Amino acid sequence: MSRIGIFTCWCGENIARTVDVDDVAKQVSSLPGVRCSVNYKYMCSDPGQAMVRDKIASEKLDGVVVASCSPHMHLKTFRKAAQAAGLNPYLVEMANIREHCSWVHHDRAQATAKAVDIIRLSVEKVRNDVALQPIRVPVTRRALVIGGGVAGIQAALDIADAGYEVVMVEREPSIGGKMAGLSETFPTLDCSQCILTPRMVEVGQHPRIKLYSYSEVEAVEGFVGNFKITIRQKARYVDTAKCTGCGECWNVCPLKKNPSEFDFAMGTRPAIYIPFPQAVPARPVIDKKVCAALIRNGCKLCEKKCKAEAINFKDEDKLVEEKVGTVVVATGYKLYNIAKEQDKAWLSGYGEYGYGKYKNVIDSLQFERLVSASGPTNGVLKRPSDGAVPKKVVFISCVGSRDNAKGLPYCSKICCMYTAKHAMLYKHKVHDGQAHVFYMDIRAGGKGYDEFVRRAIEQDGARYYRGRVSKITEENGKLIVRGADTLAGVAVTIEADLVVLAAAMRPADGIEELAQKLNIGYDEFGFLLESHPKLRPVETNTAGIFIAGACHAPKDIPESVAQASAAASKVQVMLAADELTREPEIAAINEQTCAACFTCVNTCPYHAIERTELRTGKGAFIKRTAKVNPGLCMGCGTCVSVCPSKSADLQGFTEQQVYAMVESLA
Amino acid sequence: MNIGYYPGCALHGSSNDYEQSLRACLDVLDVQLQEVKDWICCGATAAHALNHKLSLALPARNLALAERDGLKQLFAPCPLCSMQLLKVQKAMAGNGLRAELSQIVEADLRGDGQILNLIQIFQTVGLDKLKAAVKEPLKSVTAACYYGCLLTRPPEVVHFDDFEQPKSMEAVLAAMGAKTVEWSYKTECCGAGMTMANEETVLDLAHKILSNAAAHGANCVVVACPMCHVNLDMKQAAVERRYDEKLGMAVYYLSDLVGLALGLSAEQLGINRHFVTKA
Repeated sequence: MSRIGIFTCWCGENIARTVDVDDVAKQVSSLPGVRCSVNYKYMCSDPGQAMVRDKIASEKLDGVVVASCSPHMHLKTFRKAAQAAGLNPYLVEMANIREHCSWVHHDRAQATAKAVDIIRLSVEKVRNDVALQPIRVPVTRRALVIGGGVAGIQAALDIADAGYEVVMVEREPSIGGKMAGLSETFPTLDCSQCILTPRMVEVGQHPRIKLYSYSEVEAVEGFVGNFKITIRQKARYVDTAKCTGCGECWNVCPLKKNPSEFDFAMGTRPAIYIPFPQAVPARPVIDKKVCAALIRNGCKLCEKKCKAEAINFKDEDKLVEEKVGTVVVATGYKLYNIAKEQDKAWLSGYGEYGYGKYKNVIDSLQFERLVSASGPTNGVLKRPSDGAVPKKVVFISCVGSRDNAKGLPYCSKICCMYTAKHAMLYKHKVHDGQAHVFYMDIRAGGKGYDEFVRRAIEQDGARYYRGRVSKITEENGKLIVRGADTLAGVAVTIEADLVVLAAAMRPADGIEELAQKLNIGYDEFGFLLESHPKLRPVETNTAGIFIAGACHAPKDIPESVAQASAAASKVQVMLAADELTREPEIAAINEQTCAACFTCVNTCPYHAIERTELRTGKGAFIKRTAKVNPGLCMGCGTCVSVCPSKSADLQGFTEQQVYAMVESLA
Repeated sequence: MNIGYYPGCALHGSSNDYEQSLRACLDVLDVQLQEVKDWICCGATAAHALNHKLSLALPARNLALAERDGLKQLFAPCPLCSMQLLKVQKAMAGNGLRAELSQIVEADLRGDGQILNLIQIFQTVGLDKLKAAVKEPLKSVTAACYYGCLLTRPPEVVHFDDFEQPKSMEAVLAAMGAKTVEWSYKTECCGAGMTMANEETVLDLAHKILSNAAAHGANCVVVACPMCHVNLDMKQAAVERRYDEKLGMAVYYLSDLVGLALGLSAEQLGINRHFVTKA
């Protein structure tokens, strides 16, 4: 016979206004198994919690129902209180008579009756509750950071500086990400490389950061605290241990005219190259698609020239394994492919702007390289077609952003700011030049941001037109830009020397495959999903995996860095303990009745169920069965609903409990 | 090959040179055109300005007739006609209009037929087959392919080629041995029916189109639309007068040039009936 205590809360007026709490407490006191029933104005307050503790002790309660708000709000509070009084916390249930009752009803009599029913359900649940113990999981006290852009760098340094080992995986030959290629940054116009490269060096030299550059995450196994990561180190054809980064190889390489990825094809690089002089690690890679030695066993000048004997044309991809406890995903973004072949059919591009057709129509990252001191033109703005300094430049914002018809519905957030910056940088470089900006709205929320845009307009004379550009054509080397100024209500035609398109931000290539490997969610555009948009912004729904930077949503540098530090602090919380504690409300498989159909294995969204065999103590085979990995299971209950033999059940939410609850209403 | 044929009003009236051209040309290619019996006007620009449902019902009736005649493919040489037919197909697929339109036109509409424009007819024949049939390669032709508004637009209705930088007409002409130019007015509007209401607008647009084609080195403009031909060819003399500029730009239907390459004469194709004759 159970001894259940019911604690009905008024929540000040929130519940008591609509629900007759005295009557409720009286009615539920006669429910089967109920030992005592009280009500109080604020059950979550100190005296309220003391009431719960005292009753547990005085009435020797073996179950508690708190009828108050949502369990999201105070379940933890009351479980702690019960635990303090010596009751297993998983014998405490909440009956939500606020959100589910008093807040949504007006009729006092009906609401009171409903509150009684809600409590009746919870009493049945508690009657069928069993004491559970939290799951303890050992922790590998290391973190993996995927992506070596500014967000990844920040997260890795924060975690490593806190004393934990970090494994960083970067797909490109060097860390630095998009920020390494930017010229200057808004709203302060400080040089991007000057602030980033010292941080890159810190990563490269940090005793607790193990950097895998030119590498990708191949496979992810395990669960929170115990991930096993397989990393593919792509064949670099250069032994990074022997290489001194002297540069003889890339100077001697005869194949110098390959479009540079780092310069977004605005400049060239040799077949053996480092992406930029400040690269970390400062070790070259060979582009196997163009190297004559790798294609037809020719040339090999670099090998002859290398005193360190670091060139290895026989290099192959290597798979290495790393064990980590947590993962930070910081894979960043790419720009929307304007008018090129799209990876999604619904992105039909902006053919009217002639990107890819007219050399002098470029995107914003290409412009960054053209005005960067370290860029292909050494910071002198020269247009791609003929190297002339453009005297009139048109910037078009929202190319692909906020466009349901042929792009993406979301705002890319940073374009208003960098377009103002571009207009400014242009004026600083070409004093007699004129910048024209077409915009839809100017979104400049942020510290010093709107002032920055005003500066571009008022001090640097950028001409802003609120309206879209309909078409760009090329006549006699000039780009004829036809657009609308919707504030003045006139059509505008500008003969420009250069057009810069502020293309939308999209998550980096391969994000969906990576998210699938990590078992984390992503939205229809490929941006990774946070666990809660307000309260858990850097967590994912998979325990132990965090997100930072533009892989989550369009973001500028300050925001990416802030989010990276937030993710790093979450990682540190997790790594600070030897063991992780997880809620025990997860699935369990009855090995006796399991028919080994493994439907659950195939449907589990977290890959938390594995195939196993039951054997006798002497090792003789008994039967095959499914088994839940308590580190991975998130307690969603999918396996319970698909199991044909009813062998899967959710601890703390068993089928028996649910049926008992339903029957109590009959 | 037997293909359904919806000529539309223009091809039986002001632009019957277009019909002469494409019939002659397709005859050589062994494409038989089976004209839809009792076809009616597609509604053109007039119907949708009056009544949305009417603008759907008119092409729906033509679709129903084509379906009655068992035509799986329907060739509409006027891009406005083909767009209207595609528009009604889309409207039927998307929402519950199929039942209502079926009731209006008193037929069980399926809306599953394939609607083809002139370029698609040549694509259906096959560019390889076209190339093999060439008797007189168009060595002296440097064409500016002019798509106008409706061959590629609205893209969500017609789903044809890249709607801002199309290339399909160039591909047909390349198979015929002609050169083509990249120019700026490929998909601009010619003014279309404005030619009746506001001639100046049309003259201005036609002037821009024709002189841009010339500036990019074209010796002719190629169209696949009766209205474009009217505004660029018939109105060219008026353009020349208004801008006091000799243009002399030949304007061909795509089928004219294909026909010439296949060995037909200008008279067989009706090119001699154009207003601008090549100097």
